[in-house]
Amino acid sequence: MSYESWILIVGSLAGITCGITGCFLILRKLSMLADAISHTVLLGIVLAFIVSQSMSGVYMLIGAAVVGLLTAVGVQMLHQAGIQEDASIGVVFTFLFAVGVILITVFADDVHLDVDHALMGEITFVPWDLVQWGFLPELPKAFLMLSTVLVINLVIIGLFYKELKITSFDPQMAAAIGIPVLLIHYLLMGLVSITTVASFDSVGAILVVAMLIAPGASAYLITDKLSIMLLLSALIGVAAAVIGYYLASWLDVSISGSMATINGIIFALVFLFSPTKGLLSKKISMKRLKMD
Amino acid sequence: MNDLLKMILFDANTQWVLIGTMLLGVASGVLGSIALLRKQSLIGDAVAHAALPGICIAFLLSGEKSLFVLLIGATMTGLLAAYCIQFIISSSIIKEDAAICLVLSVFFGFGIVLLTKVSQTPSGNKSGLDDFIFGQAASLVGNDVKLMAGAAAVLIFITALIFKELKVLTFDPSFAKGLGLPTGLLNFLFLSLLVAAVVVGIQAVGVILMAALLITPAIAARYWTNSLSKMIVISGIFGALSGMAGTLISTIGEGLPTGPFIVVTATALFLLSMLFAPERGLVTKWVKRMANNKQLRRNKLLQGEKRSGFHEL
Repeated sequence: MSYESWILIVGSLAGITCGITGCFLILRKLSMLADAISHTVLLGIVLAFIVSQSMSGVYMLIGAAVVGLLTAVGVQMLHQAGIQEDASIGVVFTFLFAVGVILITVFADDVHLDVDHALMGEITFVPWDLVQWGFLPELPKAFLMLSTVLVINLVIIGLFYKELKITSFDPQMAAAIGIPVLLIHYLLMGLVSITTVASFDSVGAILVVAMLIAPGASAYLITDKLSIMLLLSALIGVAAAVIGYYLASWLDVSISGSMATINGIIFALVFLFSPTKGLLSKKISMKRLKMD
Repeated sequence: MNDLLKMILFDANTQWVLIGTMLLGVASGVLGSIALLRKQSLIGDAVAHAALPGICIAFLLSGEKSLFVLLIGATMTGLLAAYCIQFIISSSIIKEDAAICLVLSVFFGFGIVLLTKVSQTPSGNKSGLDDFIFGQAASLVGNDVKLMAGAAAVLIFITALIFKELKVLTFDPSFAKGLGLPTGLLNFLFLSLLVAAVVVGIQAVGVILMAALLITPAIAARYWTNSLSKMIVISGIFGALSGMAGTLISTIGEGLPTGPFIVVTATALFLLSMLFAPERGLVTKWVKRMANNKQLRRNKLLQGEKRSGFHEL
């Protein structure tokens, strides 16, 4: 397969995986927690590197999932100790991220693991970073990681779709009928962590937030139905990845940055022109109401 | 070690940097505590990330790395981001957290796009705009530091001037309106002060960790008192301490970034406060509860003895 098509495939996979997971974050008002996890994943990756002395994907996934869950637990603990939620998120993620940056500059300065890479990602190198898994031919590492995580996400969301849906919309009701709300919460946080780390190599720790939140937010402004929202969100994620890539290669700028920018532009368009909840359509229906 | 410390402390530039980060810590501690009570702390995070495209645009337009011009650019996009967030919340079903997150990541992404453009310009290669991401206080020189220190001092002064109005607005917005205070203007003023504090701090702490300087000292100070004016003073002191400690550590070690160390110091102060603050600290509360339990048990014992004594009588 050609160089360009690998980048498009990896970008689209990241768009789908993030788009689907992000919908639940928006519905549960947990977006800032995703932002926090996307920062602290850096610490997980550094720790995994220091412990294992390798850049193997498996260690990175485990390290990120552990630190991601640690972030969620830490925020929950501070919140229960009486600190308002936004402040507890702010304290936890800035601290863990700061520790991650310090560890990188002290221990891992000369390896491939540099901070810029972690922040911005380098999707340009994805097609050359090949690995061999089992009987498969040599494939790009990012492609394998993203498709594995996508499968995990789809399986877990498929299995727990009803539980996720009811805990998102009505947690009290869910608790009343005996669904383990907290367990589902941590399950989702685990999914967010592994999604973040899989996308981390290609789009970077911070821009993954744009891919998590923006497609879901756009989809949320178009539909009221969860299943359609998930589908739309995945589609928007893919569209942003593809358009973003072509824009970046046309202007010769950072690919992941331009994918995030396109995500923002799509949101702005939907925000203005969405048929039901857009700013424009609301204005028009207001005017019609006045005329009557 | 002693000589090194002495050398650092008596170096004129380092002294300026120390004063700068200290004043910055005070300013962000003060504004951060008001932001915390207004539940706007994470807006500071978004503003800090959103400053990146402003810095790049200012550099591309002016073609030079004059700190003043860059900071004006940062303020523009920072304010724009703060308004985008408020606009999205007020005119759609998107909630605050999603709006903050969305604006933050999209602005930052756009900033990264511009940063790659900047590094392609002939003068951009060595512009050191990368330093804005993590902050490098130790490499600040002369006028830049004086600008930072001056701006921080002005921020503290303005906050002191409108402190009473801000206090009313924070705790009872409708009462403030009833008094005839210009609440819209005050909101705008406070948001601008917050943006200015973030922008001033970016140079030292970096765009990603600037939020910590607004949130952590304030939440630590919250453990020590229930009065806003005391909280602001304590938070300012914590901010100043973290700023100074972070700067000293990053000056001693070669090439260590300043921001992360400031954040780690601030978090250590926060943990100490959370555990050991009088009245509200977790350990203090636990000790008190134990003493109380003991007291209760003794009283019960005494009562029991009395009762049994009564019975005998």
